[in-house]
Amino acid sequence: MSSVDTHVDARSAYVHIPFCSSVCPYCDFAVVAGADHMIDRYADALASEIRMSPTWGPLDSVYFGGGTPSHLAPSVLGRILSTLESHHGLRAGAEISLEANPEDFSEDRAVELSRYGFNRVSFGAQSFDGAVLEALGRRHGPEQIMTSVAAARSAGMRSVSVDLIFGTPLETDQSWDQSLQKVIEASPDHVSCYALTVEPGTPLNRAVIAGASAPDPDVQADRYEMAEASLEVAGYHRYEVSNWCRPGHECRYNLTVWAQGQYEAYGNGAHRFRDGVRSRNLRRLDAYLSEVEAGRRPIAGAEPVTGWDTEIDRLFVGLRRSAGVSDGPGVQSLIGSPEGRLLREAGVIEMSGDRLVVRRPLLTDAVHRAVLGLEAPPGWVERPTADNVW
Amino acid sequence: MTTQARIRNFSIIAHIDHGKSTLADRLLERTGAVSERDMREQVLDTMDLERERGITIKAQTVRLLHVGEDGGEYVLNLIDTPGHVDFSYEVSRSLAACEGALLLIDAAQGVQAQTLANAYLAIDAGLEVIPAINKIDLVAADPERVAGEIGNILGGSPDDIVRISAKTGVGVDELLQRLVEQVPPPAGDPKAPLRALVFDSYYDAYRGVVCYIRVVDGRLASGQRIRLMATGESHDASEIGVLTPSAKPVADLGAGEVGYLITGVKEIDRIKVGDTLTDAIRPATDPLPGYSEPKPMVFSGLFPTDGDDFERLREALEKLRLNDASLVYEPESSRALGFGFRCGFLGLLHMEIVRERLEREYDLDLVATAPSVAYRVTMPNGSVREIKSPQDLPDSGSLAGVAEPYVKIMILSPTEFVGPIMELVTNHRGEIGNMSYLGPERVELDCEIPLAEIVFGFFDQLKSRTRGYASLDYEPVGYREADLVKVDILLNGQPVDAFSAIVHKDKAQEYGKSMTTRLRSLIPRQLFDVPIQAAIGGRMISRETVKAKRKDVIAKCYGGDVTRKKKLLQKQKEGKKRMKMVGSVEVPQEAFVAALRVDDDQ
Repeated sequence: MSSVDTHVDARSAYVHIPFCSSVCPYCDFAVVAGADHMIDRYADALASEIRMSPTWGPLDSVYFGGGTPSHLAPSVLGRILSTLESHHGLRAGAEISLEANPEDFSEDRAVELSRYGFNRVSFGAQSFDGAVLEALGRRHGPEQIMTSVAAARSAGMRSVSVDLIFGTPLETDQSWDQSLQKVIEASPDHVSCYALTVEPGTPLNRAVIAGASAPDPDVQADRYEMAEASLEVAGYHRYEVSNWCRPGHECRYNLTVWAQGQYEAYGNGAHRFRDGVRSRNLRRLDAYLSEVEAGRRPIAGAEPVTGWDTEIDRLFVGLRRSAGVSDGPGVQSLIGSPEGRLLREAGVIEMSGDRLVVRRPLLTDAVHRAVLGLEAPPGWVERPTADNVW
Repeated sequence: MTTQARIRNFSIIAHIDHGKSTLADRLLERTGAVSERDMREQVLDTMDLERERGITIKAQTVRLLHVGEDGGEYVLNLIDTPGHVDFSYEVSRSLAACEGALLLIDAAQGVQAQTLANAYLAIDAGLEVIPAINKIDLVAADPERVAGEIGNILGGSPDDIVRISAKTGVGVDELLQRLVEQVPPPAGDPKAPLRALVFDSYYDAYRGVVCYIRVVDGRLASGQRIRLMATGESHDASEIGVLTPSAKPVADLGAGEVGYLITGVKEIDRIKVGDTLTDAIRPATDPLPGYSEPKPMVFSGLFPTDGDDFERLREALEKLRLNDASLVYEPESSRALGFGFRCGFLGLLHMEIVRERLEREYDLDLVATAPSVAYRVTMPNGSVREIKSPQDLPDSGSLAGVAEPYVKIMILSPTEFVGPIMELVTNHRGEIGNMSYLGPERVELDCEIPLAEIVFGFFDQLKSRTRGYASLDYEPVGYREADLVKVDILLNGQPVDAFSAIVHKDKAQEYGKSMTTRLRSLIPRQLFDVPIQAAIGGRMISRETVKAKRKDVIAKCYGGDVTRKKKLLQKQKEGKKRMKMVGSVEVPQEAFVAALRVDDDQ
């Protein structure tokens, strides 16, 4: 078993914080702006929801995502974390991540968060180009990224990550290169680079429909290759389609998701995978709140993952990783399929030892589509699990 | 049985949308055949497609009871006819069962080419033609102008033409009275041996073949032993009846009457439309004049997207043929598309309808190749072969000659568009023949043109050049030798037989160029570069490349939302089902037809 696969046994938790100062035009997550008066009520609901979920063993990692978790006072975040700890327990040295906006992040806050137990910060920096930041609706400037990374460092955060978005129509090769140089200068432990995606229902989508220029996939491919080249030289290795880090700084919460490990989730619109079932919470904040306040778990839907689907699911999540997935019936089925053969001939996938890896990460969705169509090979039987062994 | 003198058999001839079905509804209502309560729109159009497209495909018939101004009760048999040129053979069938035809013309649009063609069919068949101007309630109605046009075609005084609104019912009673007065009663001999014309038939899953018949001479009684004169087969008339419009069994049908016949025969081919029924014991000596079987004009390959559906496609075609004798098909295999059928159609609308019914009613996912025509190829030894598929055309070296089918087209248009129409016809290798004026503003243009030139896009181009005002009708006029070559299309270096086309030598270069350009925009980017080439023999005449795609990944996994990502990709995958793998290249199904939709106006 490769080290990445050991995370299949990890237990993680995701906590969704939907609040933001303003909603960015490209964002289609479950977020809300101008609803700060609901923060306390929401924090109480989170605590209730945590206490309603079946207890588990100690958690290996916790991820506060959003929205903008750093929009909340550290004390509120600390209280949620301690509820999690008292309900499930936290393993010694557990990774506790927080997504943060640079403008929310002073040295004092960093110290306070660190005292409550947060040890990893992921900054939504997005770009070092002022014009791009403005187009993306961000409220910080390039210099704030530098100071906030420094603040996180001096507060003793174990891991600092910076998110970048590339391929915004205003961006040029030159300005993207500059963003990459700046991020290397800021020297975080972890860098995520995401291509700007036009999601349905977002203001960005409406603008594009109205005639604004959309991101060009070929330009985005160029920018991705630039990122890959610069980051590798600076000592960051890519461990997933969009994620680079220095050795040992992989995000453990994400590794759990990609290794088909289990994760609980709390908050509106949050998703979990526990006991072989993928389920999701109500997305609307008011619906979520009233359900929890009525004493019910706010589940909106669930799909059990069983039998052959488990194998498909393992490939689906695992192939995003640079380490790919270990051999198995799904891998054999893929490489034996006509689509799989094409993907191999085109150099998109490759067997590397006993693992199947994606060599052209920009074409991962093509691999995923092929995986979704795979059928169980004749004579395939589900491996016995603890429940069905006599 | 009804006295012959009280029977009137008639059809309605009208262009699409000129209100034929609405008039039929109104007649049904006025004569009490359908109560207002049961009235749903367009009672006679029973097929879903007919209702949706507002067209009639199969002939229908209904018996109406009408009290004339003389106080006597008349039986009016309305035999519905399809309005589209593709189905003109159905029109001739219906007309053969009638003594009169109602020529219905839209008061705003005026006479259209297909109406005119069908009116000529009626006149040639010796029918009494009663013109009527419909939709006089429209703001744009110009009944005076339209009456002038009709007068120029049929003769007679324009003032004499009845003006109606099928929608509001205005003039419908007067029209009924004219039917009674002007359509002659049927002329057959009631004492002679039985002769009845089978003018249509359909297959009913429970009752077997149901024939629509018109008794000409003698009498047909329920239970009678009958013989079909062409096939020689004898059957029992297990049920006869009339359509009111629901089927109502009767004891007998006398000379001049129209009704249905059920014999228990299950195979539609055993009772030929156009055949004459007679008494098995006391047969007539001569059959009624029948009509020639419709000949397919346009051919296209139909292939299941999923090769496993081949048998299902065969079964579906067999079932469709039960009610559509004009549909012909034979198995065809294509390197690119696998196993399918080469199908022959009466025309483009027929082709479209068959394909749509196969996909809708039989849940098949099909690839249709570009329509082509049947070429006659003369081999060096003098033998002649008919080629229905471009891929069957031998190399030009081993041919003595190729001939292609020609049609005579009749175009009706406002005079201002004559220039653009002539240009269009000439661009399509057509020759302009006669031009005659129907009135000061409308002209009829007769041309001869290769059928292949009009099977694709011609009609759309005609419409766009005349802002929708021109209409078109065509009839075959035989074969002519022409300088034709086969243009092959290669994808990724491999010739794709389904893309081959036979084109005139002078147009081959242009065709190759437009095909490759068109395909480049239709074929999505793949995992590798895909060259698209056009070639004549081994000579490349054009080349384009679909560049490999570089990015096909969505950045985020939505914070653990694996389900949503799966659903999104699953949806994209469904979209890809409309693709056909040709070698290692994914080709959208539309490409096989749309590639040829080359608009010369652009």
